[in-house]
Amino acid sequence: MSAAAGRPARRGAVAGIAVMGAVLAVAVAVAVTARAQQLVADLSSHLIAITTGFTGTEVVLFGTTGGEGDVAVVVTGPRLSATVRRKGRIAGIWVNRDSAVFDQVPSFYTVATSRPLEDFAGDPVLERHQIGAANLDLTPATPLAPADLVAFRAALIRNKQREGLYGVAMGQVNFLGERLFRTNIYFPANVPTGLYNVEVFLIRDGEVVNAQTTPLVVSKVGFSAEVYDFARGQPVLYGVVAVIGAVAAGWLAGAFFRKV
Amino acid sequence: MQVYLPIAEMSVNSLGVLIMGWLVGFLSGMFGVGGGFLMTPLLIFIGVPPAVAVGTQSNQLVAASVSGVLAHWRRGNVDVKLGTVMLVGGLVGTSIGVWIFGVLQRLGQIDVAIGLSYVFFLGIIGSLMLVESVRAMLRRRAPAAGRGKLHHHIWLHGLPLKMRFHRSKLYISALLPAAIGAVGGMLVAIMGIGGGFLLVPAMIYLLNMPTALVAGTSLYQIIFTTAIATLLHAATNNTVDVMLALLLLIGGVIGAQVGTKAGGYLRGEQARALLGFLVVAVAARLAWDLVVPPADLFTVATGVPR
Repeated sequence: MSAAAGRPARRGAVAGIAVMGAVLAVAVAVAVTARAQQLVADLSSHLIAITTGFTGTEVVLFGTTGGEGDVAVVVTGPRLSATVRRKGRIAGIWVNRDSAVFDQVPSFYTVATSRPLEDFAGDPVLERHQIGAANLDLTPATPLAPADLVAFRAALIRNKQREGLYGVAMGQVNFLGERLFRTNIYFPANVPTGLYNVEVFLIRDGEVVNAQTTPLVVSKVGFSAEVYDFARGQPVLYGVVAVIGAVAAGWLAGAFFRKV
Repeated sequence: MQVYLPIAEMSVNSLGVLIMGWLVGFLSGMFGVGGGFLMTPLLIFIGVPPAVAVGTQSNQLVAASVSGVLAHWRRGNVDVKLGTVMLVGGLVGTSIGVWIFGVLQRLGQIDVAIGLSYVFFLGIIGSLMLVESVRAMLRRRAPAAGRGKLHHHIWLHGLPLKMRFHRSKLYISALLPAAIGAVGGMLVAIMGIGGGFLLVPAMIYLLNMPTALVAGTSLYQIIFTTAIATLLHAATNNTVDVMLALLLLIGGVIGAQVGTKAGGYLRGEQARALLGFLVVAVAARLAWDLVVPPADLFTVATGVPR
């Protein structure tokens, strides 16, 4: 937790108080069934509601490990196809020239770990579980030359990071005592909607010994959801309503300012 | 206050957008133009996807031209017959434009197409305006001999399908206003502008229309071309954000009223010189963006092509 986090940190603190009770409950449950060797984790909320005033939010993940080990938390947004385009200069103007389509690209991706990833896990494990942006399984729809594949793949991740949708640095998973852990997952204002997977891995001696997946839904709610659904569901009617609204607004404005 | 735009899928500062709408409205009221040529680049600049900027701007222009045409209508400065002939061409042009827009969007070339058409049209029109107004200022200092012929005939006036337009006192081929309307309609669809800055000079110089009727008549047909463009953009490209349009509208309408009053203090050629300068400046800025090497050669579009 850095002091530079500012506003999210404060909000995190508020959420944290609410969460502490739940964390304690988990702790008690674990203490009672002391022999249970399992990983238990949950989120402070399973629904992120994008309302008209949405400016990004934070969700707290907390849980307990069944034993020794390091924790890696991977948040993956809905997988969509993504088109990466490369500009080239034509007659002095920069124009999109080559493109590559990647299927199944996570629209959101962050990782949080209890220690630097390379300190407790090797490449094969990270690749198998797609932990870390470098280990994401991104394959183009049509085969590319190796050099191009590297460039387009890196560009895809770089652009997503610039949009704030892929984590640039690893997040921090904090241990409270030996078994309890928690981490704050931040979602920016432009977070894509859909079904997210929050995977928690317990890694011991370089191997994943336990894993758990928790779903998370990001959804537009209220007015913005209704507008979006209307625009997608009945695009023609939406257009008609938009035009009628504009004519009425223009008319009103003209009539009003004539009197002023 | 931050407001989430449901179609653009981003959060913007509502006060910032209101002020932007006000500023553009002020300038458009002052110079008597639609202001789309300023608003669309500004929207793109604050991060609205170009396609959404164009679609939304056409929706906003419907309202702006309705409120603008009312004043002209009251003074009887709208030639409905001529405007309707232009409109027929305008509808064809808009439909073609929205179709081209969709194709370019799928090809990933829409950004550069918008940029190029802005540089091309704004560059030409802006320089012409600047030159013409500077000449007018010089002429004012050294008054020349009286005016020339009322109409000068060029080959364009020899086209078939002649029609009489009583209101404008014109007897010209219907193909001419229809063609002007068609070009205007394409501009609406591709650039998200009303096209007034192109229609007005075309109507004055190509149709020899009485100047008093030009603004009202072009606004009259812009209402319909922007309405059709809104409809088609919403139906085929899903790029009309009513929330954003509403914010722009509120700021724009108020700004336009203040701007109209401020415009009263400017002389005609001064206003045209300033506007010309503004248009050229926007074109130069956009041209710079096209030429300068981009910070990242790569861009990513999610889930667009099918």
